[in-house]
Amino acid sequence: MPLLSLRNLSVSFDTASGPFKAVDGVDITVEPGEVLGIVGESGSGKSVAMLGLMGLLPPSATVTADEIAFEGRDMRQMSGRERRKIIGSEIAMIFQEPMSSLNPCFTVGFQIKEALKAHTDLDRKGRKDRAIELMNAVGIPEPERRLSAFPHQMSGGMSQRVMIAMATACRPKLLIADEPTTALDVTIQAQILDLLLDLQKERGMAMILITHDMGVIAETAERVVVQYAGQQVERQPVSTLFDAPHHPYTSALLAAIPERATERRLPTIPGVVPGQGDRPDGCLFNPRCDKADDKCRTVVPPRQPKSLGEALCHYPLNHPANVSAA
Amino acid sequence: MQRFLLSRIAVLIPTFIGVSIVAFAFIRLLPGDPVQMLAGERVVSPERHAAIMHQLGFDRPLVMQYLSYLWGLLQGDFGTSIVTKRGVAGEFFTLFPATLELSLCAIVIAVALGVPAGVFAAVKRGSWFDQTVMGAALVGYSMPIFWWGLLLIILFSGVLQWTPVSGRISLLYYFPQATGFMLIDSLLSDQKGAFGSAVSHLILPSIVLATIPLAVIARQTRSAMLEVLGEDYVRTAKAKGLPRSRVVGVHALRNALIPVVTTIGLQVGVLMAGAILTESIFSWPGIGKWMVDSVFRRDYPVVQGGLLLIAMIIMFVNLAVDILYGVINPRVRAR
Repeated sequence: MPLLSLRNLSVSFDTASGPFKAVDGVDITVEPGEVLGIVGESGSGKSVAMLGLMGLLPPSATVTADEIAFEGRDMRQMSGRERRKIIGSEIAMIFQEPMSSLNPCFTVGFQIKEALKAHTDLDRKGRKDRAIELMNAVGIPEPERRLSAFPHQMSGGMSQRVMIAMATACRPKLLIADEPTTALDVTIQAQILDLLLDLQKERGMAMILITHDMGVIAETAERVVVQYAGQQVERQPVSTLFDAPHHPYTSALLAAIPERATERRLPTIPGVVPGQGDRPDGCLFNPRCDKADDKCRTVVPPRQPKSLGEALCHYPLNHPANVSAA
Repeated sequence: MQRFLLSRIAVLIPTFIGVSIVAFAFIRLLPGDPVQMLAGERVVSPERHAAIMHQLGFDRPLVMQYLSYLWGLLQGDFGTSIVTKRGVAGEFFTLFPATLELSLCAIVIAVALGVPAGVFAAVKRGSWFDQTVMGAALVGYSMPIFWWGLLLIILFSGVLQWTPVSGRISLLYYFPQATGFMLIDSLLSDQKGAFGSAVSHLILPSIVLATIPLAVIARQTRSAMLEVLGEDYVRTAKAKGLPRSRVVGVHALRNALIPVVTTIGLQVGVLMAGAILTESIFSWPGIGKWMVDSVFRRDYPVVQGGLLLIAMIIMFVNLAVDILYGVINPRVRAR
């Protein structure tokens, strides 16, 4: 049984100019202990889908799905109270902006202990000991002293470590990391990523890593979902994705990795992700795709078989037959 | 913290001098003088008038009058009332508890109703509750105090006969002033019904005086709360699986209260201004009514000394709010 199973999850927002579909029928399966990467540009609905799962979207959002199951338990049928027992203890999440994700009015210790108070039976002393232990585990020096520090007294990297300590306080089975390193210095990014992977391995915890950095995906994930404009355009194991992307969008993302660039100028993908008003007919990627033809502009593309990365494309790249023929 | 306090207190000195000048000048701008007002309908000969003015020292140049007033202030002398011949500071502190009791009661009502109303209006944004509260706040803020007070008197004192029209307590009760707070003194007196009488006298003026601060606090709480509810740390609190009451009541409210506390502090000035009208309507024997009466009598020393004392209290409360601000907002606390 998969740890998490989402089928046909959609999120739409009520806006002044009508509903806007930010996430359009995504499927996600996570096995225990596995690292799944979700990549895509800003605005492709990566975060929104996960926030929808966590129930963290504003009231203007509507989440629909054929299945939202955690360890086989249907989360759609749960009451708020039952959901909250899972959220924060069995499924935890960390966010992009660690500095603003911590409450400025409370000490770091209070915020970590609060998570323990909500989900464990530990007494006051037990919670304090556990908080120190957690801060140690995430590499915060002098944890006893840091317990009484306020968030504004900490750096971004330290704040993210606190967020990780808080999220892993109740030993979650699934950690959702929403661009956990985007707001940090490059040197700190690697440290935080290593920390996450160490914790993940040590505790056998599954992780969904949301990022727009293909390099991060290459180092961490086992399977990758590429998301564009709310749709999953490709799903592949990371081992084959980098050599044989099947969707033109994946291929373009890979070409834009500086380390892989072969020309003097770094290739870019012209245009931006379509928003509410400019969703094209046919394939959503067609206005930015250099291989698009009339069919792409009028007919919604089919889902290709597994051998083609389940790409949502009329003309998937790196066809196994072509590759072997070449 | 010491440096912070010292710098705050240093700022008070020019404010103090400014207020003393305004208070001194303002009452002398009004036509008439204390002698004419005391004489009333009786005819006073110009010679007699000049003699009394000379006796009171009001015939000296204004600059000299101001300097001698300032000299007295520096020695802690706020002057002596022309009418009662009693010290201004003494009269002030006799009457101040009545105003303080009324103001405290009003601010308690304003905070106790305004903060929860603002929080619920923000949480249920756009609902009928939100719209009702914000509509009522606008009406409350816009309504002239004296008119609102009279309406309440007509309804509750006149038609329904639930509350007395004026004063602090029924004339049936007499007991010595212990604390100056009628609610406490009436309890200490052990006289049956005295406390109830004090409450029934206090309730209407408190509501009238609370109206504007209540409206301001409700609106300020709502907007602060709306802003805070969209913050990342509120999302973090939800992601911990905390119940909604804790997310809103602890994580969001604590941050939303920072601007609200400032607002509450600023309402002290509004309360003092409101107290002048409210006390006049309800014949509440506090410093507001005392100031109005003294203005009508052109009792120069009382008006200039009383205004200065009121200003000092407002300055002191604002200082206390600044300190409290540091307590609730760790980011401005001294490191």
